[in-house]
Amino acid sequence: MDDLAMMERTVANTAVETDTKSPKISARDVQVYYGDNHAIKDVNVDIQDHTVTAFIGPSGCGKSTFLRCINRMNDTIDVARMEGTILIDGHDIYARDVDPVQLRARVGMVFQKPNPFPKSIYDNVAYGPRIHGLARNKAELDEIVEKSLRRGAIWDEVKDRLHAPGTGLSGGQQQRLCIARAVATEPEILLMDEPCSALDPIATELIENLISELRRNFAVIIVTHSMQQAARVSQKTAYFHLGNLVEYDDTDKIFTNPQDPRTENYITGRIG
Amino acid sequence: MTDAAHPITGITGSDAAQARLKRRHRAEFRLRAYGIAALLFAGLSLVVLLSSVVLNASTALRETYVTLPVEITAEVVDPDGLHDPDLIRRADFNRLTRNALRSRFPIATGRTERRALNELLSVGASFELAEQVAADTSLVGQVVPVRMLAADTLDLYIKGAFGGLEKKSTDGTLSAEIDGDSAVLTSTADDFAALLTQARRSLRAEAAALRHQANLQNNGVEEFARRAEAAEDEAARNRALKQVEARTVKRDGLLAEADAALVRADSTRGSEPLGEDNASALIRAGGGWFKVTEVGRDTVSADVLVAPDGPIADWSLLINEQSEADRKLSDTQIVWIEELRTAGQLETVFNTRFFTASDSREPELAGIWGAVVGSFWTMLVTFALAFPIGVLSAIYLEEFAPKNRLTALIEVNINNLAAVPSIIFGLLGLAVFLGVFGVPRSAPLAGGIVLALMTLPTIIIAARASIRAVPPSIRDAALGVGASKVQASFHHVLPLAMPGILTGTILGMAQALGETAPLIMIGMVAFIVDTPTGITDSATVLPVQVFRWSDFPEQAFEARTAAAICVLLAFLVVMNGLAVFLRKRFERRW
Repeated sequence: MDDLAMMERTVANTAVETDTKSPKISARDVQVYYGDNHAIKDVNVDIQDHTVTAFIGPSGCGKSTFLRCINRMNDTIDVARMEGTILIDGHDIYARDVDPVQLRARVGMVFQKPNPFPKSIYDNVAYGPRIHGLARNKAELDEIVEKSLRRGAIWDEVKDRLHAPGTGLSGGQQQRLCIARAVATEPEILLMDEPCSALDPIATELIENLISELRRNFAVIIVTHSMQQAARVSQKTAYFHLGNLVEYDDTDKIFTNPQDPRTENYITGRIG
Repeated sequence: MTDAAHPITGITGSDAAQARLKRRHRAEFRLRAYGIAALLFAGLSLVVLLSSVVLNASTALRETYVTLPVEITAEVVDPDGLHDPDLIRRADFNRLTRNALRSRFPIATGRTERRALNELLSVGASFELAEQVAADTSLVGQVVPVRMLAADTLDLYIKGAFGGLEKKSTDGTLSAEIDGDSAVLTSTADDFAALLTQARRSLRAEAAALRHQANLQNNGVEEFARRAEAAEDEAARNRALKQVEARTVKRDGLLAEADAALVRADSTRGSEPLGEDNASALIRAGGGWFKVTEVGRDTVSADVLVAPDGPIADWSLLINEQSEADRKLSDTQIVWIEELRTAGQLETVFNTRFFTASDSREPELAGIWGAVVGSFWTMLVTFALAFPIGVLSAIYLEEFAPKNRLTALIEVNINNLAAVPSIIFGLLGLAVFLGVFGVPRSAPLAGGIVLALMTLPTIIIAARASIRAVPPSIRDAALGVGASKVQASFHHVLPLAMPGILTGTILGMAQALGETAPLIMIGMVAFIVDTPTGITDSATVLPVQVFRWSDFPEQAFEARTAAAICVLLAFLVVMNGLAVFLRKRFERRW
């Protein structure tokens, strides 16, 4: 009963948002099943461009699963099944004529654990542009690599050793390299799945500053376990609980005046 | 804090706990000791095995040449004076080499002796001479010193087979009465007493054998005597009595012989013939050679093998403990070899032929090269088929195939296929590739296909394991920047899995290299003299060559078998070393 009431309120909230600006991503009645497990239930959400949106919630609440729906990474899991629609700029990304590979070039992703390719730093960043044919020659590719590494705030640290292996960098540097790699294909949306959970506080701070920077060019969605991080970096926050999107609002509002008791319990540390 | 002793008793525990601890320590010590003992045993066995093979093989690495002046007679080689190398090559050089031997040992006049003399040279010698003369036709009509390959028996004798001659100490001075081919040699001391005793020792065994024969005859005597008594009519009785009489005579004769043999065996006087079953005794005196035929204490009768040309008093007694009947080289041949050796006409050199020649029925001509090339072509076919098919199957099964019953069934069957006896693959090859598709028999193509089938499961299993070992984060990363599944697999997963795949492939190939059974089924055990030049030529492979040579009766093939095994082992060691190197070199850490 409570859930239903909550859902109406959320939809009402998003409706308010759409009035001001047309959303970058809008999800409607999204359901995800892992075999018999109903992992995501009736999620409706509108996500703005040039905004950092944080997904928070306890483990197993479906926030990562929903994130992976946005670039169709769930397609690679045999047992996963998705219903509902997700629109990016008004286009249904699950439409028959959409190639998930093309989609993923537009929706970049950064993973929980830094996962650079065991190749040189240069090749790590250049791989995406190469396979998508974004550079016509070596000079253009060099330019893209430099621009991406600058956007990833790692250029100054690696510019002298672009051909050293990416796996030789520290954890925080690796993660920034992965961000640089993700932005190299000129995506419009950047998905980040707990990008700082494997990093120390100093590296985390660097990444968080970077995320605030990235907002200028991309719509950033970040899944995080840390409420403080969500409060620090995001403008909008969505709270997931047991597969439901419980509450979605401005970050300030979520943390100071949560509407749903479950959200309140979570952010005050009573559950989670 | 309050009681310092307490934590200590807590650590050491009660007496029971102490005892338990001791027991556990002893058990752990025992286990370690067993492990070390097992390792030592395994290591020792390996050392023994390898050293015996290498030791055996080492004699095959040297070959013996005989250098003799050979007259290249124009009438035989080039009767029409055409100087045509092709015609010269076909001439009867065998006659020339034989003549050379005969003029070196003019004493060999009889048919058997000449044949024995010719046996000293390899049949390859005349072919090599033919090539030499064909290459340089100016040699025709000249007498040139020619280095000719010795036969395997000569070679083996030089390397210490067939007993070898042992010099005995002598005290007396020798005098000789030579009458044509035979001679009586007398020493002033009892220099032949030991030889006589040895010859007589066999008489006891002979006497025992005679007594046994007599005993059998005696049984007959008794049986027929009984029958004569029980006979019902005169005729039967007479027949039986006749048998009794005949057998009694035979029995008494045998007994008398046995007694005589025993008397001779006990006596220290007189002389004994030195038969083929006894050790051979040769006397070298005054530059000549005598073969002892009858031995007394101080005098012997002997055949003259090489006539002496100096003073007889300068002599030595040489014994070969191996009897002539037990070896393939007669005393006469040994004398000839010794003569050649003293004249410096024998030469032992490194056997490059073994590594450059192909198979032959003559051990001294046989080499491993044909088999090495055959193995190379076979492995090439195996690799060309098994590697791409295996890797692509593995990639498909790991990265693309839906996980359902069909793929599970395929997986189980691939694993089972690895356990199928290899000869089954040979049968399959025979029935399908040779029978249905008409692939040439004995060819590396057929062998390679069959071995590829055998190697496939190994490669697929190794490749799947190393593909699975590539962390999923790499696939996510590739998919995340918009690579397709194929791109992710071939750009990232496959290169990372490659060292593991190559290791598995090399090990599979090494296994295939050592495989014999399936090749037997498709006819790769044939005797092939030519080195194969392609995958459809008849060929043999290394392990099959080992198998065949081990089956040949010639003693010289023993060493060659061992040498071939060493070559095979060397290849296997190199391949395994390469696998280890690849694994170390390209090991990746994530």
